[in-house]
Amino acid sequence: MTETITPVPGSAAWIERHGLSAIDTSRLAQFEAAATDDRIMSLEGDLGDCGGEEFMRHYPGRYFDFGIAEANLVGAAAGMAAVGKIPFINTFGSFALMRACEQVRLDLAYHRSNVKIAGTFTGIAAGFSGPTHHCGEDIAIARAMPNMVVLAPADAIAAYHLTLAARDWQGPVYIRLGVDPTTQVYGETDSFAIGGSKVLRDGEDVTIVAAGLTTVATALTAADSLAAQGIRARVVDLYSIKPVDRAVLVDSARRTGLIVTVEEHSVIGGLGSAVAEVLAAEAPVPVRMLGLPDEYAHVICSYEAHLVRCGLDANSVTATVADEVRRWRQ
Amino acid sequence: MTATTARPLVELAHRIRHHIVELATNSPGAHVGGSMSATEILTVLFFDDVLKVDPSNPQWTERDHLIYSKGHASAALYAVLAERGFFPVSELATYKQPGSRLAGHPSRDIPGVEWATGSLGHGLPVGVGISLANRHDNNTSRTFVVLGDGECEEGSVWEAAMSAAHFQLDNLVVVVDRNGFQEDGPTEEIMALEPFADKWRAFGWQVADVDGHDVTQLSEALHRVPFASGRPSCVIARTEKGHGLSFTANTHTWHYGKFSQEQYQQALAELSGEVPS
Repeated sequence: MTETITPVPGSAAWIERHGLSAIDTSRLAQFEAAATDDRIMSLEGDLGDCGGEEFMRHYPGRYFDFGIAEANLVGAAAGMAAVGKIPFINTFGSFALMRACEQVRLDLAYHRSNVKIAGTFTGIAAGFSGPTHHCGEDIAIARAMPNMVVLAPADAIAAYHLTLAARDWQGPVYIRLGVDPTTQVYGETDSFAIGGSKVLRDGEDVTIVAAGLTTVATALTAADSLAAQGIRARVVDLYSIKPVDRAVLVDSARRTGLIVTVEEHSVIGGLGSAVAEVLAAEAPVPVRMLGLPDEYAHVICSYEAHLVRCGLDANSVTATVADEVRRWRQ
Repeated sequence: MTATTARPLVELAHRIRHHIVELATNSPGAHVGGSMSATEILTVLFFDDVLKVDPSNPQWTERDHLIYSKGHASAALYAVLAERGFFPVSELATYKQPGSRLAGHPSRDIPGVEWATGSLGHGLPVGVGISLANRHDNNTSRTFVVLGDGECEEGSVWEAAMSAAHFQLDNLVVVVDRNGFQEDGPTEEIMALEPFADKWRAFGWQVADVDGHDVTQLSEALHRVPFASGRPSCVIARTEKGHGLSFTANTHTWHYGKFSQEQYQQALAELSGEVPS
């Protein structure tokens, strides 16, 4: 007799089964949640083939493909929530937040609609696809909307747990995800809460605050390299960008002074801005923001090459942090 | 419906127009034109047993939903909700006053308001979602969405219209207040909508074309929905912008405005005449 054992999320067996793509594990969380809660709906914008197949097969009555029409997709999600459903909108982050920006603002945020947006292809992960498929403004847009929760999981494991946290939250949530597998940061004992954060390394010289796929792992690699240079870097995963963990930021500023933020998002309005807004008011320290420059990519290259170009690879982050530490030590 | 049974609805519509005149006078201003044109539509929906609603229990789960997508014309909606008993008629005097619930564009703080509208093109997508969810739950409640005609220039209306037919939402009804004007002028001059009924038919809707100030025609159409099984229904209510007052009728200049004391007196004089039959 074959016994089916469900592996613990984040365990090696779970990763072997489900992989390290954040959209895949977010979809998994939605699918598992749907098994015990028939309020959960999967809403698609002609991108259901990005991991929505299992939901469609098992729960065809709760799976709706609205085609290529995001304003209607978001508005209809709000309508479903108005009569008690918990719709998950699965589409590219830019399509939900920018094409349908006013529907997100009024029908979700203003109405506090219990709708979750699982946005993929965020940052510059789409690489060669070019600027139409890059998404460097989503955090700024979502964060500026009252009532909106903004989550940026650091890996597929955090994406799984934060999707369930979004399910449990009463109100609109934007979860920033990606398609390709990314470096594992967390394991089977980690837990996540809206409004929370993770201190992943302790250190006295500088705090690197990062959020999102790839960048948190990059911050950890940079911290290791900095340690070899005698620079002790504290690393904070600020996965809940809104509401933000003010206490961890103030505490970090008091411990290390200098803060460096790392994000795969425009340097305007994203994680760095969120950090600076807190610290400017509560614990002013120098804040250096690393992120996407204020321009659309003008070169065609891979994701990895874009990261280097924008100074967001581990070597660049290490060098910038080291420079900043030296500069502020003087 | 006979002339006798229509009479109470005609009188109610007349009373609604009185309220609109008061609101346009005793406030910074109101969207008079679109409120006057939508008066009979709302009157028939709320007072002719079309909408299944309970003013004492606005959140009743079995109710029909009314999404009033042309939220700028709030004066008519507030007057109808108050007369229907969702809140006291005396509260209408607080329209656009400090601390009031009755803002220029409706919010869900107001009993009977299902959706906060004012930015156009939002109502029909929301109505599609409510209709889909109700059908999923085997809830026989229906969703009525009142659209302005100028509003139908928004692409989101047609995204939603396409999906309503695709999903075969025969529990969804649109009523378009086809008053022929938008803020800047006649719709056919600003952005032509005709052939309007054909557009809805082409998008898969079953369409009825009625005189939107004739309560008998409105009643007949709204009690007949769905017009076809498996298809959404659209009632195009041909109306007159600013209907009911000589100086507001058939013009976009009274899309929004505040009545002077002189205009107020003229409006009262015109409305004090015999109720039109």
